[in-house]
Amino acid sequence: MAQRTTEIIVGLFIIAGLAALLFLALQVSGLSPKAAGATYKLHANFNDIGGLAPRGRISMAGVTVGTIESITLDRETFQARVTMSIHKDVDNIPADSAAVIRTSGILGEQYIDISIGGDLESLKEGDTFYSTQSAMNLERMISNFASGR
Amino acid sequence: MMDRIAALGRTGLDVIASLGRACQFLAGVVGGVPKPSVGFPLLVKQLYAVGVLSLAIVVVSGLFIGMVLGLQGYTILSDFGSEAAIGQMIALTLVRELAPVVAALLFAGRAGSALTAEIGLMKATEQLSSMEMMGVDPLRRVIAPRFWAGFISLPVLAMIFAVVGVWGGMLVGVEWLGVYEGSYWGNMQASVDFVDDVLNGLIKSVVFGFVCAWIAVYQGYDCVPTSAGISSATTKTVVYSSLAVLGLDFVLTAVMFGNF
Repeated sequence: MAQRTTEIIVGLFIIAGLAALLFLALQVSGLSPKAAGATYKLHANFNDIGGLAPRGRISMAGVTVGTIESITLDRETFQARVTMSIHKDVDNIPADSAAVIRTSGILGEQYIDISIGGDLESLKEGDTFYSTQSAMNLERMISNFASGR
Repeated sequence: MMDRIAALGRTGLDVIASLGRACQFLAGVVGGVPKPSVGFPLLVKQLYAVGVLSLAIVVVSGLFIGMVLGLQGYTILSDFGSEAAIGQMIALTLVRELAPVVAALLFAGRAGSALTAEIGLMKATEQLSSMEMMGVDPLRRVIAPRFWAGFISLPVLAMIFAVVGVWGGMLVGVEWLGVYEGSYWGNMQASVDFVDDVLNGLIKSVVFGFVCAWIAVYQGYDCVPTSAGISSATTKTVVYSSLAVLGLDFVLTAVMFGNF
């Protein structure tokens, strides 16, 4: 085969590989060209986070408004401290809203749902949620049910 | 009795000597960088022979493996009512494990054995030694382009395998079995991380490419220069490459995805 044709075909092969990598990056993985400064941080303390993990969903009325940034253990209060990145354009969350851990489906992923309060003031960068509700614990529910409480 | 033990010791020493020769060989191949004007056309020719001609088997295998993953995954996930997670399952399986490993195994079988046979035949017909006598370093001229071609091709082939597999899974899951296309791609994008999954798969395929190419060219270079020797070397290439790929896959997976 002529040298030129071979070179062109090999070039196309390498381009196909790079295109495959690009496809994997953009379509298959969660990589998206979003500006890093488009979020602000809020905190919440939970007694039990259940199966929550970083990059989990944060939703309000079912709409995704942010992701979980990190989860750490507060060594003084022995509660889990969850740091959340909320989209900047959702900047009017009332200051007395609650962060509730819900499960999507029976065996589904757990996510944080923000239930709105009534305060006129909004949560700002670095604020902590005043009230939270921990993850549902199946064993505790069953034992409550079984002991008739 | 003592003869048997002596023979065992000799075999062990032979294996170690072979490993040492392989490392010296690698140093010669990697160290001897040829002039770009001479080396580049050789590399392109080998990339064609090793990479482009392996595309057919990689694409067809990727397609069928993706489709089978879709079918099997759907069957299992529908027991839990989680058919929508099929996209995530196929993508993670392919990108993390199957694309690098299966592409490497197919590569070892098709391109690796071809490389070994070609270099072995060159050794048996004394082309390599006559090149040395003319003052041309056979490692630089013949072996190095083949080695680098293998090293460059395998990551490319693995990425193409992953993409074709995901598309095949979409064909089965969305078109045939009726999973909602939005949740196929949406769940996939939410759970596949570029750095943790795609890049780790790419790193695996780079390591496998290095190992498979090295084993293939070394077995060809080191074979007994008879027809039986070439055939034994070709078999050894496929077997050793496969074992090395699977063993390294375990080690790399433990390092990358284990929770130490």
